[in-house]
Amino acid sequence: MSAPITDRSGARPVKKPRTSGVRWQTWLLGAALVALMLFTLFPFYWAIVASLTSDAALFRDPSLWPQHLIFDHYRALFTERDFITPIRNSLVVAGTTTIFCLIVGTLAAYALARIEFRGKAAIMGFILAVTMFPQISIVSPLYLLLRSLHLIDTYPGLIMPYMTFAMPLTVWVLTGSIRQIPKDLEEAAHVDGATRFQSFTKILLPLAVPSLATTGILTFIYCWNEFLFALSFTLGPERQTVPVAIALFRGQYQVPWGEILAAAVVATAPVAAMVLVFQRRIVQGLTAGAVKG
Amino acid sequence: MARIALEHVDKIYPNGYVAARDLSLEANDGELLVLVGPSGSGKSTVLRLMAGLERVSDGVIRIGDRDVTDLPPQQRDIAMVFQNYALYPHMTVRQNLGFGLSIRKQAPAVIATRVAAIAASLGLEALLDRKPAQLSGGQRQRVALGRAIVREPLAFLFDEPLSNLDAQLRVETRVELARLHRKLGATMVYVTHDQSEALTLGDRIAVLKEGVLQQIATPMELYNHPANKFVAGFIGSPAMNFIEGVIQRSEGPSGRMGMCTFKGIDLTLDVPCDGESHGRVFLGVRPQHIEVTADGENRPKGEVGVVEPMGNEQIVYVTLTGGDRLVAVAPPQETIRPGDIVSIRVKPEGVHIFDAESGSRIEPSPYAIER
Repeated sequence: MSAPITDRSGARPVKKPRTSGVRWQTWLLGAALVALMLFTLFPFYWAIVASLTSDAALFRDPSLWPQHLIFDHYRALFTERDFITPIRNSLVVAGTTTIFCLIVGTLAAYALARIEFRGKAAIMGFILAVTMFPQISIVSPLYLLLRSLHLIDTYPGLIMPYMTFAMPLTVWVLTGSIRQIPKDLEEAAHVDGATRFQSFTKILLPLAVPSLATTGILTFIYCWNEFLFALSFTLGPERQTVPVAIALFRGQYQVPWGEILAAAVVATAPVAAMVLVFQRRIVQGLTAGAVKG
Repeated sequence: MARIALEHVDKIYPNGYVAARDLSLEANDGELLVLVGPSGSGKSTVLRLMAGLERVSDGVIRIGDRDVTDLPPQQRDIAMVFQNYALYPHMTVRQNLGFGLSIRKQAPAVIATRVAAIAASLGLEALLDRKPAQLSGGQRQRVALGRAIVREPLAFLFDEPLSNLDAQLRVETRVELARLHRKLGATMVYVTHDQSEALTLGDRIAVLKEGVLQQIATPMELYNHPANKFVAGFIGSPAMNFIEGVIQRSEGPSGRMGMCTFKGIDLTLDVPCDGESHGRVFLGVRPQHIEVTADGENRPKGEVGVVEPMGNEQIVYVTLTGGDRLVAVAPPQETIRPGDIVSIRVKPEGVHIFDAESGSRIEPSPYAIER
């Protein structure tokens, strides 16, 4: 504008270039996001395309744009291979683990977040330390333990180790989120006449739903994808979970890529669907308006 | 309705922090008792002790005739309004209001009628199906009040309920609370750090400092006869002036019964006192009892630093020649400007004397008062 006012950063002229600079930034950001999305989504796209292409076509001349879509691989999955059983096993194991983890984890997190007792920091540290064991290092002792308990090739034989490994995350995340719920709310409930348990179930738990959903999903995904324990502690197709079943598709002389990828798509679908369903819950801040923020 | 009494209550936290020491006080049946003090005075802790949210380290708490010292909050049948309202965010206003009743297993029909009645009296009918997040600060405040009233508890506890409201709403709600107290005739204990809130609301006021009760009295008694220097300085706005000096008993024929002479750096005054000499004292004078005049022979002089016009009065900050600083209240028509040299007159009837060591009030002798 007038002469004496100078821009300290230098002789950058006024309006026009700045707005176009902003527009450029928006464009760049958009382009970067698209590139990132293509990069992350491509493997999924390729898995779907490949699972719909015949083996012969896949090896002769693979195309990003499939000419003929065939569902042979999916049909084979459920007729020749009995892929239903591993899915059922995975659902049972992952579902049960998640439910138990949430129940035990919530109670533990409540105690750690709300009750004063000695050695709390030590317990939190100990819980965290459990996650630091490399799984591979405890497979054999765990195997011996489960064998002597006659739990090899059973659901509990998978659920219990999974719980041990999934629990720390549950407890830590839930402890953090319970700590963020204002204590006043439970105190108000006490004064209103609620017992400790009632204030837990009627006030705290509903408010912790978003973080329960988050940890639940993470636990479920961990169990759904877990391979090492599932491979080691099951013996036959009766109790094998999805990752193990897929890994054992490969025969001595050939790798049935089409079927493997079809199985991968089938295995990913329920998890992806679940995350999408719960996403709103996870993002939503339920505590808004509880207290003056 | 019921009285609430603390008898020789101590509250010492595990880390050694003392929040209440040998505290005895009582809110009589139907009385609004205000607990006031600066932050860290233990006033909120006392309220939480009454509610049962904290356990006493020693002593007894009674509500009505019942010893509730070891009872959890849910068995004390009192209601509490929290500073941040503590509304249940996942429940509608209706559910918030009815929570205390439903947890006490009242019939749904009873709950519905009582919630409706309370909502009507607080003007909340239109908001019953909203969640707390959709309410304004004042509306949340009313819901918090309603949630306390609806249960018809033995007593009400308020923990700085107005501190989150803006200035205008605060005054309105204060009047509303006073009206509510008259209507319900309920025992109420009200915590605040704002002395004007305390003076306007309280039937009686308990002043706390570092967990120790300083004085418990009616607002006028506190204002006119503060028990010690702390209370004197805390109650009243602008705050009382303190001038250090010595007290000498008046000798000889000119000395009247019960009168003394106060000698400070700038001021020498005849003041009513107990008739004895005291080594070091603080003379306390409220700004309302200091006159500032443009001229005045033989009076202490000082320079005006700042003048704050308040409309109905102006607050004048004066530095005396010896360095003592005083705050005075002058009538609005007086023309006083920063930099002016003015004379000071202290009205003897407005003088309080406090022992410099203990801070406790040196009560004037009856002869001096009769004068």
